[in-house]
Parts: sequence; structure tokens; C-alpha cells
Amino acid sequence: MSATTAAAQDRWAEATQLQLTWWRFRKHRLAVISLVIVFLFYMVAAFADFLAINDPHATDARRSFIPPQAIHLFDEDGFNPHVYGLRGVRNMQTFQLTYTPDPNRKLPVRLFARGYTYNLFGLFETDIHLLGVEGGQRTDGIFLLGTDQLGRDLFSRMIVATRVSLLIGLAGVTLSLLLGIILGGISGLYGGWVDTFIQRVIEVLRSIPTIPLWMGLAAALPNTWSTTQVYFAITVIISLIGWTDLARVVRGRFLSLREEDFVVAAELAGASQGRIIFRHMLPSFASHIIAAVSLALPAMIVSETALSFLGLGLRPPAISWGILLQDAQNIQVLANAPWLLSAAVPVIVVILAFNFLGDGLRDAADPYG
Amino acid sequence: MLSYLLQRVGLAAITCVFISALTFMIIRLPPGDFVDAYIANLVASGSSVSQEQAAAMRIEYGLDQPVIVQYARWIGRVLQGDFGVSMVWRRPVSEVIGDRLWLTMVVSVAALFLTWAIALPIGIYSAVRQYSIGDYVFTTLGFIGLAIPNFLLALILMYLGFRYLGLSVGGLFSPEYVQAEWSWGRVWDLMTHLPLPAAVLALAGTAQLIRIMRANLLDELRRPYVVTARAKGLSERRVVLKYPVRAALNPFASSIAYLFPYLVSGSIVVSLVLGLPTVGPLLLQALVAQDMFLAGAIVLLLGVMTVVGTLISDLLLMWIDPRIRLEGRA
Repeated sequence: MSATTAAAQDRWAEATQLQLTWWRFRKHRLAVISLVIVFLFYMVAAFADFLAINDPHATDARRSFIPPQAIHLFDEDGFNPHVYGLRGVRNMQTFQLTYTPDPNRKLPVRLFARGYTYNLFGLFETDIHLLGVEGGQRTDGIFLLGTDQLGRDLFSRMIVATRVSLLIGLAGVTLSLLLGIILGGISGLYGGWVDTFIQRVIEVLRSIPTIPLWMGLAAALPNTWSTTQVYFAITVIISLIGWTDLARVVRGRFLSLREEDFVVAAELAGASQGRIIFRHMLPSFASHIIAAVSLALPAMIVSETALSFLGLGLRPPAISWGILLQDAQNIQVLANAPWLLSAAVPVIVVILAFNFLGDGLRDAADPYG
Repeated sequence: MLSYLLQRVGLAAITCVFISALTFMIIRLPPGDFVDAYIANLVASGSSVSQEQAAAMRIEYGLDQPVIVQYARWIGRVLQGDFGVSMVWRRPVSEVIGDRLWLTMVVSVAALFLTWAIALPIGIYSAVRQYSIGDYVFTTLGFIGLAIPNFLLALILMYLGFRYLGLSVGGLFSPEYVQAEWSWGRVWDLMTHLPLPAAVLALAGTAQLIRIMRANLLDELRRPYVVTARAKGLSERRVVLKYPVRAALNPFASSIAYLFPYLVSGSIVVSLVLGLPTVGPLLLQALVAQDMFLAGAIVLLLGVMTVVGTLISDLLLMWIDPRIRLEGRA
């Protein structure tokens, strides 16, 4: 055996479980890329207001249905990022305003420009945004993805929607995880009729078509509830049914670990049940839970998107991907403003990323295998 | 075998009871009761109802009784086929639902068959030619299929059809057949409209099933009996199709159990986008208008039909897998 492989083997033997998991995870290229993408999405969510260009709630009838605009990086003088001003022309056949870029009016794009005021992390007020334009008329601005019927900037709305859509996934998964760990744990630890009962409940829950049920529950939320209350209620509704998969993972792990030597040894050494569970068993299947969570997250996000899309989930003025897609429901609207469909892109990217990430994590969860 | 059968039927019955309780809860969830909503509806359309009439109605519908009694009464009526009256339509719920329930099932079942028809050959191909270009292509496509929520796919297809083909994609019937009586022409018309919604619904499930089929078949292909068969000179085709595929087929039957609820669920949202005359749009209307008897009936019927579907899958599994059939005897 050569020196290098021996050194590698030493490294292997001395590595902690976390290191081994990380090494195994790193081999799954797509999962690593997905991890970066997911991280970026959460960064966008954290700094949403900073990244947004225009006020996502500001409506202006004169900015209705502006098509997507590109930022031009260069002009005759070299590097000079700018957007063109817009010229609205009324189409005399349809009587609709159509906007065309006016190459004669160049609006310089600035970094860290001043825009609408917002609260960063709820700590301090600021009006600094990553991008902004200088000067221009009221209808001028950067509309990277165009505007909707009410003249709201789609790009900024999508950025801000990221926060709600990703957080509702996290909150839903946390609730599901809590239910899953408690019920799955009880099921796996105690066995017997408790186990049978919980398993039957899970089977019953899984055989019910979820969307009609969600729709029924969501529609029953009183109209008078505030956005936050609805948000919370929707999270609970989504997680009430999503916990079954997690419970199954937890139960399976408990069942297989219960017989392991180190658990039996701890038992014989007189460790309390709590200590055995939290000190010995939980760390050895935490990685499995993380993998299961990252596979459950996209389902939660899709659920919220579907409900909001139907108009039964979150309600405006809340902004989520589902609410943005609601505007794109109508084929007549889509024919005039196809850019409204772009809200589908982050949904698809996030789901793909979470799926690959979960796949990689699941493979890496058991690094000794 | 009998005990397995009894257990499955018992579980199905319990599930139905559970679904009915949930449905009843949904019916009762909105603030106020049925009579309040009914009166509000009448007032909105110009007529008025006196306090005495309202009280009489409450007694007639048993709303003065405890919840359990109300539930029992409601279930009793449902079992006799009486789902109550739709407030918005002013007609019995069963009449309003009409064909729509069956069309929902037709779309879901078509999607299920399509899922199998696509997943089986591709799953076999991907396992036998593991790591070939085709395998990678299908795996990638599968992942993308898994990632696009079906209602978004419907939306995108509808836009593309409109933009590039000038078609209005959607519906289950051509205009001349929408109101027509059932005839062979109408059935044929339905068949020609089915592929698109079925394909939209089937995509995610197909992606999942291909992965399961591929993994199972890969496991089977490494078994010694396959090596033996090959060593004895069986043709490659027979080696693969005769035993490993059959053994790997189990998840196909059990997939009904989890795919079917998923397809029925999905058909609700997809129907709204594609304008299919299933119970989907009706359910949404009913929920928005708080027409709770109609909404409740739809949720209950969908739930029960799914349970029946699951039961069928269990029986199918028993039929194709001798291990389950013989379990009771051992």
C-alpha cells in the first residue's frame, strides 16, 4: 500500500461522522450546486427589500403592463449602465397603452440607489437599494420582468415573494417535523398497539386526496382574519397532512437503532431513557431527518403556491409566488403579458434544487454504508 | 389471505368514517350555520325570511341538536343518497354534481394508465442500460417532470398552445358536444380530449415511478438467479422480462395506493387551469360562495372514491404477489 492511500485511510479512520457525511455529500455534484442555489434563495429572502428595485405594493395605472426591460451595460462612451426611458403610445385599435423603449432618453443605473423606505431585519429603517435609476419621469424605472396590470414591478414582487414562499415552507416543515418526531418516535419506541394505531392513522391520512381537503379547510378561514393569521393558519393546514412521511422516517430509524449494540450498552449502563434518545440515538439519525426535511420542503412550497394560486391560500396584499401566478391564470391576460408567467421560474428552480439537495443528503446520511 | 382481505376492507371503512367526519367539520367550519347562509342568500336575491321561519328551518334541519346528532343525521341522509341542497344552484347537490364526478374519475384513471404505460418501458430501459445516454436523458427529464407542479405545466402548455399553435387547449369536449346527451360521438370526443390533461397529470407520478422501477429492477438484476438464467443460455430478452421485471412490478400495483389520491388531488387544480368539466371548478366555486353542502359532498365523494381505488390496488397486489396471498396460511 502506498503512502498516500495509507494517509488517506488514516484520515478516513479519524474523521468525525460530520466530516464523513460532508465528504460523501461533496461527491454528488448536483447536490452541491443545489446547496449553493438554495443558500442564494434564502439570501434573497433575507435581503429581499434591499434587492427589490421598486416598491412591490406601489400601484400606478400609467405603468400597467410594461414589458420586460433590459439594462444596457455599454454605450458610445464605454461602460455606462443605463436603461431607456419609456414612451407610451396608445394603440388606436385596442385603445391600450403600449410601451416602447425610447433610445433618446438614457437613464443611468446606479448601485446603492435610494428608493422606497423599508425596515432591514425589522431593526432599522433605510431606503438604500442595490439598483436604482437617476431622474426620469414617473413611468420610468427599471422593470427587469415588466409590470402587472396594476403597474407593480414584477421583479421586485418576485424578490419579496421569495421571503413568504420560502418561510412558509420552513414553518410548515418545522411543524410537520415536530409532529413527525413526536408521533414517529412514540410509534417506534413503544411499539405494540400504540404503534399499530399511529401507523393506521398515517395510512388513513395518506389515502385522502389532499388538495380538496386543504381547499375546504382554507376556505373556512374567516374573511376578517389578518394576513398574519391567515399565514399561520395556512401553515398549520399544510403541515397537518405533511407530517406522515417524516413520522415514517423517524419510526424506521428508532426501530432499527433500538437493537443496536451501543443503545443496548447504554441501557445496561443505566442511562435514562431521555439520555439514550437525545444523547445516543438522535445524533445518529439527525442526518436522515435533515434529508427527509429537504425532500419535504418542496412539497410544502408547492402546496402553498397551489392554494394561493386558487385564491384560497394567502391573500393580497401578502405577496407569494402563488399570488403572483394567480395573475397569470387567465389566458387573455397571458396573451398580452406573457412575462407574468415568469413567476413560475423560481418555483421550479427551488423545487429542483431541494430535490437534488435531498437526494445528495440522503445518500450522504449514512456515510458508513 | 382472508385476514389480509378483512384487514384491508376494515381499514377502508375506517378511512371512510374519518373522511366523513372531516367533511362534516368542513361543512360546519364557516361562521354561522346553514340557515344563516341560506337566509343571507335569500336576502341578497330580494326575498326576506322572518325569525319564525328561520327557527322552523333550524328545527327542520336539526340545527338545534348536539353536533353528534347532527353528524349522525347528515350521514344517515348521505347514505340514502341525499347530499342536501346546493344554495347557489338551488337544486339538490347530487343533481348539480351530475356527470362531473365520473369525468373526474375518467381523467384520473386515464392519467394512472398513462403513468404506467410510460413508466414501465422507460423504467426497464433505464435499468437494463444503466448509465447510458438514454438513462441520463430520462433521469434528467424525470427530475424536471417532478419539479414542475402540474398546474404550472398546464398553464405553460396552454400558453404555448395559444401562442404558437393558435389553439385553445382545454376542456374535455368540443363545443358541439358540451351540452349533448351521451352518445358514441360524445365518448369519442372525450377520448380525443383526454390525452393532454392526462399527460399533464401523469408527468410527476411517471417520473417517480420510473425511479422506483429502475431501482427495483437494478436490485433484481444483480440477483444470482439472473446470472443462472443467463449462464443457462436464455436470451437476454427472456432473462430480463420473464423474472426480474415481474418481481420488480410490485410497486406498480402498490403505486395506485399513493398515486391515485395524488392524481385526484392534482386533477382539481389542473381542471381549473384547463377548464375541465370535473368537480374541481365546482368545488372552488362552492367553497368561495360558502355553499358548504355542495363542497362537503364533493370532498366526501372524492375521498370515498380514492379509498375505493386504494382498496382495488390492495386486491390487485394480492393477486399478483403470492407472498401476500400465502401470508395467512403460513
